[in-house]
Amino acid sequence: MDKKTAVYICTGCGIGESLDTEALVKVATKEGKVPVCKTHGFFCGPEGLAQIKNDIENEGVNSVVIAACSSRVNYDVFDFGPAVLTERANIREQVTWTHKANDEDTQMMAEDNLRMSLAKIKHVEPLEPFQGENMVKTVLVVGGGLTGITAALEAAKTGYKTVLVEKNQALGGWLNGLHRLAPRKAPYTMPEEVDIADKIKELSLYPDLKVYTGAEIEEIAGAPGMFDVSIRQDSGISTERVGSVILATGAVPYDATKLQHLGYGKFANVITAQKLEELAGQGKIVRPGDGKEVQSIAFIQCAGSRDPEHLPYCSAVCCVESLKQATYLKEQNPEASVYIFYKDLRAPGEYERLYKKVQQDGAIFVRGDITGIDEDDEKNLIVRAQDVLTLSEISTESVDMVVLATGMVPTTAFGENPEAQTETESGDKAPAGEVILKSNLLNLAYRQGPELPTLKYGFSDSNFICFPYETRRTGIYAAGSVRAPMDEASSAEDAAGAAMKAIQCMELSDQGSAVHPRVWDLSFPEFAMQRCTQCKRCTVECPFGAINEDEKANPLPNPTRCRRCGVCMGACPERIISFKNYSVPMIGSMIKAIEVPDEDEEKPRILVFACENDAYPAVDMAGINGLRYNSWVRIIPVRCLGSINLVWIADTLSNGIDGILLLGCKHGDDYQCHFVKGSELAEYRLSKVSETLDRLSLESDRVRMEEVSIVDYDKIPAILDSFAERLEELGPNPYKGF
Amino acid sequence: MALRSILVVGGGISGLTAAVEASEAGSEVYLVEKRPYLGGRVAQMNQYFPKLCPPNCGLEINFRRIKQNPRIRIFTLSEVEKIEGVEGNFTVTVKANPRYVNENCTACGKCAQVCPVQRENEFNYGLGKTPAIYKAHEFAFPLKYVIDDQACLGAECGKCLEACQYQAIELDMQAKSFKLNVGAIVWATGWGPYDAAKIDYYGYGRYENVVTNVIFERLASANGPTGGKLLRPSDGKEPESIAFIQCAGSRDENHLPYCSAVCCMASLKQATYVKALNPAAKVYMFYIDVRAMGKHEDFYTKVADDITLVKGKVGEVSEDPATKDLTLQVEDQLTGNIMRQKVDLVVLATGMVPATFDAKIPLSVSYDEDGFIASDSQQPGIYGAGCVKKPMDVASSVKDATAAALKAIQSTVRR
Repeated sequence: MDKKTAVYICTGCGIGESLDTEALVKVATKEGKVPVCKTHGFFCGPEGLAQIKNDIENEGVNSVVIAACSSRVNYDVFDFGPAVLTERANIREQVTWTHKANDEDTQMMAEDNLRMSLAKIKHVEPLEPFQGENMVKTVLVVGGGLTGITAALEAAKTGYKTVLVEKNQALGGWLNGLHRLAPRKAPYTMPEEVDIADKIKELSLYPDLKVYTGAEIEEIAGAPGMFDVSIRQDSGISTERVGSVILATGAVPYDATKLQHLGYGKFANVITAQKLEELAGQGKIVRPGDGKEVQSIAFIQCAGSRDPEHLPYCSAVCCVESLKQATYLKEQNPEASVYIFYKDLRAPGEYERLYKKVQQDGAIFVRGDITGIDEDDEKNLIVRAQDVLTLSEISTESVDMVVLATGMVPTTAFGENPEAQTETESGDKAPAGEVILKSNLLNLAYRQGPELPTLKYGFSDSNFICFPYETRRTGIYAAGSVRAPMDEASSAEDAAGAAMKAIQCMELSDQGSAVHPRVWDLSFPEFAMQRCTQCKRCTVECPFGAINEDEKANPLPNPTRCRRCGVCMGACPERIISFKNYSVPMIGSMIKAIEVPDEDEEKPRILVFACENDAYPAVDMAGINGLRYNSWVRIIPVRCLGSINLVWIADTLSNGIDGILLLGCKHGDDYQCHFVKGSELAEYRLSKVSETLDRLSLESDRVRMEEVSIVDYDKIPAILDSFAERLEELGPNPYKGF
Repeated sequence: MALRSILVVGGGISGLTAAVEASEAGSEVYLVEKRPYLGGRVAQMNQYFPKLCPPNCGLEINFRRIKQNPRIRIFTLSEVEKIEGVEGNFTVTVKANPRYVNENCTACGKCAQVCPVQRENEFNYGLGKTPAIYKAHEFAFPLKYVIDDQACLGAECGKCLEACQYQAIELDMQAKSFKLNVGAIVWATGWGPYDAAKIDYYGYGRYENVVTNVIFERLASANGPTGGKLLRPSDGKEPESIAFIQCAGSRDENHLPYCSAVCCMASLKQATYVKALNPAAKVYMFYIDVRAMGKHEDFYTKVADDITLVKGKVGEVSEDPATKDLTLQVEDQLTGNIMRQKVDLVVLATGMVPATFDAKIPLSVSYDEDGFIASDSQQPGIYGAGCVKKPMDVASSVKDATAAALKAIQSTVRR
């Protein structure tokens, strides 16, 4: 693209009073040789904007640098449409508002910020969105229980073609085995009829909703908009092309045979909650062994849950399920004795009313740990427990039946654990290798493993509280109890939410746009394959499994799987990966644009790479709060710290810059990096930099990484100032002036 | 044909999510928020459980999604007055209250520096003051100042008018009503904390050192009234002992009969604030049941090691008038023993009241007796999202709002 660049330097918001804007104009016109450069006291106002728009419409300006406030604000105001490239040089929050007015160092900082923006815009090219071939907008739902059926119905109701695949011959899943559902509507005290049959019937109302039962997914290959699915049904294979996938394979009860200490398998009348549903469904609740009508019953909560020996987590529904089952017995015989042994009775929200009802109906609640279960001659059971507080021993009269409220285990927690394939050719171990079990659910033809990566305990949940559908496999969304322990009402909501995300992903992919968290980003990575050395780093390190490999280990990118974080660009030692608006040479030229004063001027320089999601706004916030920090700092925002290519470190140091600071998101189990492991990878790669520094005879202290979140703005000055102090101790970079 | 646009009422985490999700799938969305900024109650929180991460991080991403999104129009300081019509074709009357500051505002802050009046800072639940022209909070989006017309002295003063270089202040700005035509409505007006003063025996409102969980979030926030230092209101002393009283109003026939579902985790989280600042502080949590659902159990077991958990409902809080210290009287439910515990600060884990308890949707919609929108609301095309449906935490609200966004889209494509 032939660029005609114009620079607009705003003098409002205190900028004009604290900077020599004429000198900034010279940077643009003399050094940057831009044909148009204007100053105004209020560029975001109507008059200022009119000037810019006039230059675009009448003077042929097609690339614009606004030297003013941060790109965090006035985003909409300075948007001149897709045909005009726009770059913002931050001289308000990160210069004028954080540094001494009319000071030489502040001025140098503003000039460097403008130089970096000028260098950057030279490298930016207009975006051409990726267009896949034969893209479709069909949703595949794997699992035909409540969640899967609901997801399929919701997608169909929104007008999308849908394919539903269920392993069993019958649809309905877990609900087929239930006698009643816990109450979902006021007055919240009466169990409700199981209505799954109605939903199954409803499926047939949608001609574009195709159901495969007794079927399994043989393979899913491809990418959002273009997944090719092989479905094995009976002995035949059917194929479907779909745009996105919902995993709704649910959970199974914890294996009660592991609960022998609670008498399961040992005593005939110790049964699971699942079995009680079956007995209740047959009419009168009678003992399976001798057919005796049950007059007394004990429910044992957390049978296998909240137990480090079994499931450490709470299964979230068992308390309410037991309350519901207590009503079965009370309905059959109001005089029946019901004991409920529990640790904490967890009946959240309106389920409290069910709890109250069961209490009023005379159930006895005992808070204690089970110490033993005995059987008498008549196969009745005596439950002994220790009261948690008083430590006294409590035991029941003999009861006819004991019900174990077993917890739930997600279907993604089963399967063979293949050797984690995180080896790169050089033998480096990449951090955060994800465990992906061969659970035989999705069978993804992905280099990174056949299923969704899971979090703790095998649930394929999101790591983000504010983004529960954040997924590490683009276009594939988990819903229901495969994602986290949840009840029927939550599963149905979750199904609709996942359907929303699945539809959204297809619509965005169709336009060539990224999905969350970079929706509307039309850029995507391009690979200069002739220089690829098949090192596999990009395929291994991509947090989203976007890149496959051919048999010669060449990367095979899938742009619609890509989340545009740039981790592959950071990983590539040959620097063959770039985006049209974000590339290794682009940042390299920004680094070179920084003017580095001679050693005797005693003005060290610090380059900060700041994650644009959290760290960069945090620095802005320091400005909004009028905090001061060292003016030797120059800041380059990056999509993710994981996109930092190590060559930039070398570029920076060989340019004579004294130190480099990486500001990015927290990593570890509770990571806050929106690209999963970007910040962790950056730290890992930095650990490798020491070799380079040694080769250059430089101290490794010159490169530092700090974790900051958006609210840590009050810590920014201390972080920057202490690093500057350390660099002063180390003395100037010996490469200065070379 | 149904109208394709969607109205979302409420700009907290649920409404924000519903708006962004629907628009990213292709819908035109109007987002109406009563306050001068988006983010609602989560913007007032210090951290989320169980990750202890800052809500502003996720809000920043959502705001960026809005900034880049041509399909969302935001109306702050606005309220829905009237809804007419049916699913697929609603006419909604929206009243936009005056901000008195126009889009010229650059948030440079010069106006606030010259403003001679102070007003109560409602963002900090009344702790501390702001000038009458103020920025709601540091992360406010949109980042524009606003004038509190109850406090402002008006044109006679006019100091801010002189200070503003951008003609951004219009003291004569008037409320405006306008109509929107939409195919579906998502109602996500959220919740409010139960009025703790109604729980007479806990002394909130009478004893300065009895605070609520929502206020405690502000006390712990770096951008709160104490700059993130936990200081007790009576004397600014750093508390050495803190008691959290669970079910303050919840699970109580005389107050809220339901469980508010988030307070246990919220108190456990707040206990970590205390311990992070002062590891030696004594933290007590008085509870009926600790409801840490699902994987939150991990967080509970981790925090439980650092604090004293007592199963029992606190009967009464009394104050020593001289020291302003507090004494809790608790009946241990199992032993029947009466326990007395003296502490420096009491935090009431007050429950959630749906906004729809008082402010109903201006159209016939059914509610349960607690004011939550009924799961079968009897009003096609209008969907509740988040805490107007039942008490829920942030992740559940986001999930629910995403689902509501899809339901709303369905109403706009139905023929």
